[in-house]
Amino acid sequence: MIRHQLVIVGGGLAGLRAAVEAKGAGIDVAVISQVHPGRSHSGAAQGGINAALANNPESHDDTPEKHAFDTVKGSDYLADQDAVYQMTQDAPQTIFEMEHWGCPFSRYDDGRIAQRPFGGAGYPRTCYGADKTGHYLLHTLVEQAYRRQVAMYIERFVTSLIVVEGECRGVVAYDMIRGGFEAFVADAVIIATGGAGRTYANTTNAIISTGYGAAMAYHAGVPLKDMEFVQFHPTGLYTTNILMTEGCRGEGGYLINDLGERFMERYAPTVMELAPRDITARSIWTEILEGRGIGGKDFVYLDLRHLGERKIAEKLPGIRDLAIHFEGVDPVTQPVPIVPSHHYTMGGIDTDVDGVTAMPGLYAVGECACVSVHGANRLGGNSLLETIVFGRRAGRAVVSFLADGGAGRPAPEAAARAALGAVQERVDRLSRAAATEDAYDIRGEMIVTMKQNFGIFREARQMQEGIDKLLSLKERLPRIGLRHAGGAFNLDMIRTIELEGMLDVALATAVGAFKRTESRGSHARTDYPNRDDVHWLEHTLALYRPDGPPELAGKPVALGMFEPQERKY
Amino acid sequence: MSEARFRIKRFDPASDAAPRYDTFVVPYEGSLSVLEGLFSIQERDDGSLCFRYCCRAAVCGSCAMYINGRYRLACQTNVSQLHGGDITVEPMPHLPLIKDLVCDMTDFFAKYEYIKPWLIRDEDHDPEGEIAQSPRARRKLDMPIDCILCGCCYSSCPSVWGEENYLGPAALLKAYRFEVDSRDEAGRQRLPDFDNERGVYRCHTITNCVEACPKELNPTEGIQWLKGAAVRRRLFGRRK
Repeated sequence: MIRHQLVIVGGGLAGLRAAVEAKGAGIDVAVISQVHPGRSHSGAAQGGINAALANNPESHDDTPEKHAFDTVKGSDYLADQDAVYQMTQDAPQTIFEMEHWGCPFSRYDDGRIAQRPFGGAGYPRTCYGADKTGHYLLHTLVEQAYRRQVAMYIERFVTSLIVVEGECRGVVAYDMIRGGFEAFVADAVIIATGGAGRTYANTTNAIISTGYGAAMAYHAGVPLKDMEFVQFHPTGLYTTNILMTEGCRGEGGYLINDLGERFMERYAPTVMELAPRDITARSIWTEILEGRGIGGKDFVYLDLRHLGERKIAEKLPGIRDLAIHFEGVDPVTQPVPIVPSHHYTMGGIDTDVDGVTAMPGLYAVGECACVSVHGANRLGGNSLLETIVFGRRAGRAVVSFLADGGAGRPAPEAAARAALGAVQERVDRLSRAAATEDAYDIRGEMIVTMKQNFGIFREARQMQEGIDKLLSLKERLPRIGLRHAGGAFNLDMIRTIELEGMLDVALATAVGAFKRTESRGSHARTDYPNRDDVHWLEHTLALYRPDGPPELAGKPVALGMFEPQERKY
Repeated sequence: MSEARFRIKRFDPASDAAPRYDTFVVPYEGSLSVLEGLFSIQERDDGSLCFRYCCRAAVCGSCAMYINGRYRLACQTNVSQLHGGDITVEPMPHLPLIKDLVCDMTDFFAKYEYIKPWLIRDEDHDPEGEIAQSPRARRKLDMPIDCILCGCCYSSCPSVWGEENYLGPAALLKAYRFEVDSRDEAGRQRLPDFDNERGVYRCHTITNCVEACPKELNPTEGIQWLKGAAVRRRLFGRRK
């Protein structure tokens, strides 16, 4: 049994920032991660991080209030406005701190941090390091975690929470290097495990972005919020769905259909390619549905050729490499085939601005959580910001919690043994099972169902079919077994356990989408094309029910700063 | 439908007496990366196969392997680039093995930590603005900050093979990344970590690391810069 005051599950930006904060306050903190923290999916973020620094000559009068307005409008008014304002106010300080810790942002001639335009933003306020901003931010925080000697348990797959009388007191994890399970007991646990992109067949997300962390909390009775809001990034590579940053368009790239038109003129004539992601993705998909995809196929072109080799080398070197290696085209000389791809999970574990969940002792932060600052559609450049701002706040909140009676309670040894035993038994059962169903078949059918039935455009009958399919998969799930038992680095076991969580998270998305009879942000219904503020200006909470679909409830949206209005660009 | 034949080096030190090679045929349509091939095998043919994975977009550094006798990222290697024949997949050589294609990276990260891989500045208050850095000063970081810590350079370096205490190209490239940063105020703090026989002088400019790097970085260049800086400091007491 391993003891720490605070256990953080996940070593991406949110988890590491929380760890650095708590460690700085003298807390004994441990980060547990499925991969070395430097390999976390935060590192795949490309285009940048928003803050009203007003460094760009065109943004000299930018303010956190304007950043908040753009974010709330971008969210189609579903974001909690107090949380948004908290984030945009903290943003400049967050950037300066990361910069002082060594993050290599790109610079203007006068030495200040450079900023580029991004979709849905009234000013160029996206700070960047070329097109590898996530990689640079992540390595900076990894470095700070090493500097502070944060304990790291690397290549541990966390399977479940230890809950004592309704309070979270630790986790159980599989030690991938040595094999076997271990209990980690703690006074508080922060889940920071990222999004659920891999519930979809067409995602930009890393293979470890399964949503399993959110599922752990969900299975333990903590509600998920707004799971029906799923962001499709306009530009994923056609063959692999690998991300081509919004920075491509921020730097002046065009979207082109089969007729050679810059078709965004039809959908967002003022801002063109820099419309928010939901609108741009729908526009591309409409072009494809109406037969104007390239050669009549299901992709369009991202054209960067007019930017020239020099600008691409300076501002977009990473996506050039990706396009060459993964699509076989050089953006300097050829247009890049792209397709809208699942990119971001706006929903997640229901939390407040301090990462507090419905379960005492359990906190959540980053993409696995839903504060909510993104509402129905996230603006590019706000997710990196969210991870760091709310990572720090969650770290601070745990420090207060420990000071106010959370620390010094007796270790829940019996509960830890019981949780360890339960996981072991679950795995033993899976190992002995005479399997009549294949976990990878179920996974494959699930991700295709999510792509086809809960995609960019949604409609009741198609979604009902999707829900029926997911429920049938859930029925088949108990009949799977492991092909390989025990030992180190047992991918079969990890991926099978993950599947149980993924399917429930997918169901929360599906049922939430079916029930929400309106169109808002990323949730676009052909049968309910308008936003309905009278009935639906509220968050969706999904409560886990083991034997069927989740139970849904509403939760009010925090308004107050900006009156909801029609969203036009 | 096309087919690719994978020949994979297998070894589980916990149960196997010796390594072996297993052959698998992977059917695919369109395009197939080596990483996708490994997943197909793990799902359809052999649930015990193991390998590291994460981003599948060449940015996380998880899936560094030895593929057809070259250091590569499995995700970035399309089978169409391998010109037919068997695709031989082995773990990175010269590193301790955990199982199959998964190497033990403990020493690699211990050496990374040893060179103080963080910006050293004497600050005790919250910053009120950015530290100015000219685009020219920032450009010096372009190469070393793209390191993904995959370990290819470290595995490929004969000086690492011969001296287990040698810090190796990745850790030294990281030291270079901070020493060359105009904002770093380490002075002599990092110097004793690399100005010795386990540090920069163990590099004999064999440049295997340059050839091995899947991000096309040049650790040797960084190490030579550190050598120059260390020697200048010894001779003249100057910092950079």
